[in-house]
Amino acid sequence: MNEVELLNWARGPGLAYATVFMVFGLTLRVLEILSLGRPKEYAKVRSSGVKEGFRTIIRRNLPEKHCWKYITATYIFHVGLFVVIFFFIPHTQLFKDVFGVFWDGWPNYIIDFFTILSIATMMYVLIQRRVNPARRILSRPSDYFVWLVTFLPLVTGYMAFHRIGPDYTLMLAMHILSVELLMVMLPVTKLVHAVTFAMARYYNGSNAGRKGVKV
Amino acid sequence: MTTSLEQGINTLKRVIDAPIASYFSSCTGCGICSSACIFFTETGDPKYTPIRRVEPMRRIWEQEYTVIGKLKKLIGLAKEVTEQDLKDNVELAFESCTTCGRCSMVCPIGNDIVYMIRRMREGLTAAGLAPKELQAAAVRTMETGSVMGFPMKTLEAMVKAAEEETGIEINIDKPDVDYLLLLSSAEVMQFNEIISSLAKIFKEAGVTWTFSSKAHEAGNPGMHMGASEIEAMMINRIVEAAEELNIKKVISPECGHAYMAIRWEGPNVIGRPYPFEVYHIIEVLDELRAQGKLHTRASSGTVPMTFHDPCQAARRGGVNEPQRNLLNMMSSNFKEMNDSMACNWCCGGGGGMNTIEKAEPLVRKVFHRKRQQIEELDVNIVVTMCATCRNTLEEGVEDNGMDVTVLGLTEVVANHLLKENES
Repeated sequence: MNEVELLNWARGPGLAYATVFMVFGLTLRVLEILSLGRPKEYAKVRSSGVKEGFRTIIRRNLPEKHCWKYITATYIFHVGLFVVIFFFIPHTQLFKDVFGVFWDGWPNYIIDFFTILSIATMMYVLIQRRVNPARRILSRPSDYFVWLVTFLPLVTGYMAFHRIGPDYTLMLAMHILSVELLMVMLPVTKLVHAVTFAMARYYNGSNAGRKGVKV
Repeated sequence: MTTSLEQGINTLKRVIDAPIASYFSSCTGCGICSSACIFFTETGDPKYTPIRRVEPMRRIWEQEYTVIGKLKKLIGLAKEVTEQDLKDNVELAFESCTTCGRCSMVCPIGNDIVYMIRRMREGLTAAGLAPKELQAAAVRTMETGSVMGFPMKTLEAMVKAAEEETGIEINIDKPDVDYLLLLSSAEVMQFNEIISSLAKIFKEAGVTWTFSSKAHEAGNPGMHMGASEIEAMMINRIVEAAEELNIKKVISPECGHAYMAIRWEGPNVIGRPYPFEVYHIIEVLDELRAQGKLHTRASSGTVPMTFHDPCQAARRGGVNEPQRNLLNMMSSNFKEMNDSMACNWCCGGGGGMNTIEKAEPLVRKVFHRKRQQIEELDVNIVVTMCATCRNTLEEGVEDNGMDVTVLGLTEVVANHLLKENES
C-alpha cells in the first residue's frame, strides 16, 4: 500500500469503520449508565431538579473561583481543541459533506494560533500529571496513552497543513488515521467523558436542585 | 472469598446506580477535587484526594457494569477487590472524610463525589469494617434512642429544669400540637439551654409543640455508618411517634447530619413518603420571623459576628437563607466568611469523625482552615446551627487560643427576644 492508497483507505473505509465503532460504542456506554437506573426519591423535594440539572451542565463550564489555578491549562486546551475541530475550514467542509450542515470556518492564522496553544497546554498538562501530587496519585498508565491519542491529531494536523515532514500525502493520511484512533478510543477509555460529562453534571445538579441547593 | 468480603462487595454492587456510573465514566483523574478538601489542603497529602476514597467501588463498577471491564476480567486483566483493599479504604472513607461534599461543588466534570463516598461507607459497613466508635453509637441509639446514650429520663430532668427556669410548661407526648421537636445528643449533653430557648421563642410566637418519649433525638449513626437498616429503624421511631401524636410538622435539631438523615435520607431508607413535613429548627424560626411572630431587639448592634454553615444543612441540605435572615434581623454587623453557604469549608469534625479516636489528630490539624476563615474577619463571635460543628469549633478555638465565642443560632435568637416590658 502506498501513500495514496493509505490516504484513500483512511478517508473511505477507515473513517466509516471508526465512525460506526464510535457511535455504537458511545451508545453502549450511555445505555450502560442509564440501565442502572436512579433510586426513587421519596423525600418531599423543593424542586423537581430537572431545571437545576440542565443548568449545571452549562454552569460547570466555568470553574469554581479557586480552581482556576489548577485548571487554566486544561481549560485552554479544551477550548483550543474545540475551535480546531469545529472551525478549521477543511473540517467544516467535511461536516457539510457528511452531515449536510454548514457553518463558517475561521481563518487559518486563528486555527494555527489555537493549534499551537493546544499543543503547548497539552504538554504542560502532561507535566502536571507527573508534578501535581493529586493528579499523579490518580494517574494510571492508560492516562498517558489517552493523552497521546489526543495529542497526535493536533501534531499531525499541524504538520500536514504546514507541509512539515517527508510527504504531504503520508502526513495527511497519518492525521486522518490518528483521528480515527481517537474516535475508536473515545468509547473505550476515559475519553468517554466527552459525552458522559453531561450526564454526570445533570445528576449532580438535579440532586442538589431537589434539595434547594444552588450549584 | 470470606463472607464479610462477599457482603461488602455485594452491597457495593447494589448501591451503584446510574449517577455513580456516570461519575466513574466521566472522571478524568484531574485531581481538582483535592483542592476542595480540607484533608488535602491542610496536610498536602495526596492520599486524601476525594475521588481516591471510592477506588474499590470504581473497580467493582468497571468489572460488573461495563462491557470493557467484563472483557478485562475475562482475560484476567482486572484487579479484583480484596479484603485488604476494603480494610485500607476505611481510613479514607471514614477516618479522613466528614462527607462535607465540598468536592462535589468543584469537580469540573460535575461528579457528586460525596454521593459515592456515602455509598462506599455502606459497602465497608456491610463488610464489617465500620469504625468501632460508630458501631457503639449505633448500639446506644438502638437501645436508648440517644446517640450518646441519654435515656428519656435524662431529657425529662432537663425539661423540668427548663420549666423551672422559664416558668413555661413544656409538653411531652402531647398529641395534636403544631410541632414535634427532636434534639441531638450534643444538645442534651452540652447545649441544653436550647430547651429553655425554644420554650421562650415558641411561647412568644404562640406555637404549640411537644417532645415524644418514643423518639427524642434525631441523631442517626446508621447514616454515618452507611447501615440503611439501622438508619431506617431510627427513622421509623420518629415516624411512628409523629403518627401516634398526629403531628404534621417535625423539627430537626441544630445538627447537620440529623437534618440530612431525617429530612432527606429518611423517606428513602424506609421506602415511603412521610405523612408529615420536616424542618430544620432554623427554617422554623425564620418562618416565624417572616410571619412577624419573633419580636427581637437588635441588641447585638454593631458587634461583629459571622456564621459557620454546617455542610449537611447548607451545602447538602439546602438551608442557606434562613440563618442569614435571622442574623441580619439581630445584628447590623453580620460578616460573611470568605467562602460561605454551599461553598463553606467544613469544620473538620462531622460525618462521625469527631467520635473516631484515631481521627482526632487530623480533626485538630485541619481546623487550621476554619481558624484562617475566622481570623480574616476579625470577629469574636461565630454562630452556627449544628451541635457537631459547634463542638468542633469550640475545641478548635480552645486548642488555638483564639478569643472567639461559639454560639448556637437558636440560643442567639432566644437571647434577643424582647422582654415583656420592652415590647
